[in-house]
Amino acid sequence: MKTIFDKSVAGREGCWPCEGMAEEAYIPKDLLRDGDIGLPSASELDVVRHFTKLSQRNFGVDGNFYPLGSCTMKYNPKFTEVVAAMPGFTRLHPVLPQLQGAGGLCQGALEVMYETENLLAEVTGMAAYTLHPMAGAHGELTGVMLMAAYHKDRGNKKTKVIVPDSAHGTNPASAAIAGYDVVSVESVDGIVSPEALAEVLDDEVAGMMMTCPNTLGLFEKNLPEIVRMLRKVDALLYYDGANLNAVMGKMRVGDVGFDIVHLNLHKTFATPHGGGGPGSGPVGVSERLVPFLPISRVEKREDGQFRLNYNYPKSIGYVAPFYGNFGVYLKAYAYILRLGGTGLTRATENAVLAANYMRKRLSDHFEIPYDRICMHEFVASAAPQAKKGVHALDFAKGLLDKGHHAPTVYFPLIVPEAIMIEPTETENKKTLDTFCDDLIELAGLVDTNPEALTSAPVTLPVTRLDETRAARAMELTDDL
Amino acid sequence: MPFVPHTENEVREMLAVIGVDSVEDLFAEITEEMRPKSFELPEGLSEMDVLAKLEAMAAKNATDRTSFLGAGFYDHYIPAAVDALTMRGEFYTAYTPYQPEASQGTLQAIFEYQTAVTRLLGMECANASVYDGGTALYEALMMAVRKTKRRKIIVSEALNPIYRVMLGSYTRNLDIEFVTVPHKEGRTDIDGLKKAIDTDTAALLVQNPNFFGSINDFTDLFTACREAKAVSIVSAYPVLQTLLKTPGEMGADVAVAEGQSLGLPLSFGGPYLGIMTCTKKMVRQMPGRIVGRTVDSNDRTGYVLTLQAREQHIRRQKATSNICSNQSLCALRALVHMCALGELGLKRAARVSVERAHICAERLTAIDGVDMLTRGPFGNEFAVTLPVNAFEAIAKLTARGFVPGFPLGRYYEGLENGLLVACTEKTSEEQIGIFAEMLKGALK
Repeated sequence: MKTIFDKSVAGREGCWPCEGMAEEAYIPKDLLRDGDIGLPSASELDVVRHFTKLSQRNFGVDGNFYPLGSCTMKYNPKFTEVVAAMPGFTRLHPVLPQLQGAGGLCQGALEVMYETENLLAEVTGMAAYTLHPMAGAHGELTGVMLMAAYHKDRGNKKTKVIVPDSAHGTNPASAAIAGYDVVSVESVDGIVSPEALAEVLDDEVAGMMMTCPNTLGLFEKNLPEIVRMLRKVDALLYYDGANLNAVMGKMRVGDVGFDIVHLNLHKTFATPHGGGGPGSGPVGVSERLVPFLPISRVEKREDGQFRLNYNYPKSIGYVAPFYGNFGVYLKAYAYILRLGGTGLTRATENAVLAANYMRKRLSDHFEIPYDRICMHEFVASAAPQAKKGVHALDFAKGLLDKGHHAPTVYFPLIVPEAIMIEPTETENKKTLDTFCDDLIELAGLVDTNPEALTSAPVTLPVTRLDETRAARAMELTDDL
Repeated sequence: MPFVPHTENEVREMLAVIGVDSVEDLFAEITEEMRPKSFELPEGLSEMDVLAKLEAMAAKNATDRTSFLGAGFYDHYIPAAVDALTMRGEFYTAYTPYQPEASQGTLQAIFEYQTAVTRLLGMECANASVYDGGTALYEALMMAVRKTKRRKIIVSEALNPIYRVMLGSYTRNLDIEFVTVPHKEGRTDIDGLKKAIDTDTAALLVQNPNFFGSINDFTDLFTACREAKAVSIVSAYPVLQTLLKTPGEMGADVAVAEGQSLGLPLSFGGPYLGIMTCTKKMVRQMPGRIVGRTVDSNDRTGYVLTLQAREQHIRRQKATSNICSNQSLCALRALVHMCALGELGLKRAARVSVERAHICAERLTAIDGVDMLTRGPFGNEFAVTLPVNAFEAIAKLTARGFVPGFPLGRYYEGLENGLLVACTEKTSEEQIGIFAEMLKGALK
């Protein structure tokens, strides 16, 4: 499909923001740019048609089942968009509460922050939250920075962070960027074993980053023992909350003994992914880490008024210019209000139910490396099919032809030919069955018509794309 | 129960297939020791009740004030087409485009966004991944540290102070040294910056227009930077970039910007968009998701995420950054905004904003005791000194329906009487007139 730049016609007028076209006289000529910018000149209808057509070349949850393991693509209710679009929120300038006495002008927004932090604290059993991190990985970095501040304050010499081999790739990246050496611990029967941990644990370990259930969809049942081991060397336990959808109401990481947790609000609390962002990655901490939280922090005074406090001498400082992705956590707040504690627990139960149902339905047709009760997702493997020349990627593309978004493939790295499926609680049984039927049918083609898989997809606007060429040719803009 | 579709019958059927008696059996591995000590959340509300509650909270925010607040975040007009198009579920409810054949809409949009912002800033490559203008600056300085293997960062004090404190937070545990070159009465001290560059310098960070609104040409400075083999980084203001000499024309290696002013509402601080662009030479240091054009098996044009070998899901702790999102919806908003306004519309917004600011500056400095603080050319924002503490003046005017600007004393010692004032094309001449009268009255 042509780009909007191809459709541009010099001189065609778009939607003007205002009347008048002031002179450039206010700025000296030698400070002005040369020539045209090269932005499109298109009519409003040109633009509307272009982007409507583009949207039709996309899968989204509103149109397709999206069982992406590790990503929690559940349905995003529509009423939260109404909330986020309320002018009382969208028109608020972020520096307003920093003006003297102007905190009074944004009491509603400050209350949203205060309430959201408290609700998240109750969901996870943490002492306090910051809403500032703007994505899950940003929350991870913030969490590791908190870890570093804690050890520095105690005079601890710590250089290492332990990350299980089943972790998200962002975990080791976040630890490294914050200045730590990353030590990997191998899973035993899919989970972290105290014995394997003991081999890498010493006094130089600042903390360990855990995901539970882990990326294999398995519950880390040794958690209490792992917590005791880490405490002995004054190491902190970090919880990657990407999989919180599996445990709401069933386990609170704070009660188990975690010190730091980040949540991906866009996953568990159902705010749209928007093609990958924006997200929101609040970080919760246990009591002993509260002094290090980023500034500002929102407080409720005795008279019921809310205010921002910047006076925390041990704080790690600013991780965001303001208060995080307000418009995103506003949606999460509305979602939690709508579901309440019972609704959140129910979401977890049904997410786990759906995953186990699909695991069972597929287990005669695919290898399931850890074929036992799983949490909200599970990993299948196409290793047997791969021996016959049909790989996980081919199944992914075959599913696209059937109208389903593909599961996550080739992750986690520790399962060869991984196909990681996460159905979530919002898909009905018919959808789950159709997906299973379709995937089983594809498995049947491995022996009868493998080309149907290796040449898929054929029903989409493009067939299989040449990724190697893209990296080599590096056409990154429309200027060639 | 909202958003869970299964009937009791279906649940029973599913449990039977799994081979367990109850849903609770699925959680057997969570022992008593690990169960919640409390889960005291409120009861769920109906959709109508949630909306009413949030409506009441929104009403407690005073969004009816006429505002001259800027400080890097501006209230520009957003065409209705931006909401209408970006709210389409196919864009809005999609994920990071891991399956390119099913995500050509998102991928082509990012490719077009990359094209638009590189043209706007006169640069060669862009990503669509960074959270905001501040984290974009941080990522840019990390690019420079990786590239040069040096540790000294030279920063102009006229660079947004909010961003400067962020940079400090992020690098606290790293072996990085900051040299901050003071501003000169609101001007970026180009000579001072030039003198500070040496062979240990990894990066030079400046802003155009700077925090006080002053416009500069950094060409010579960036040449000096290149000669020292340091990386030049500039933070720009995208709307004004339709008029101003581009970072590319000045020879910058990396140009970043806060993308909020391109179609994103102020929304109390987010979500915003970190625009990040660089030269081809720097592209492999750039974090985040980048889209490339390629062909499919039938030789048709298509788009994919590319240069992924730099990224965390492949390189883990050796990745260029931990960034995993791609800020796609915000980038889409910026793209649709630029397309809807078009080349001429965006220039018009910039020119009118600049004109209004100049009218405003003239009206304010006509008041006894109010002087220009910003020296030399400025765009749509400028600073004045008041005869009184700016915090106090702001409090008085805010109570009367005007938010007059940003108090420079919050970040700059000695500038307690300094007031930073911004206009956009939404600021009317009538509002400027009333504002000037109000300020005059408040200063009496």
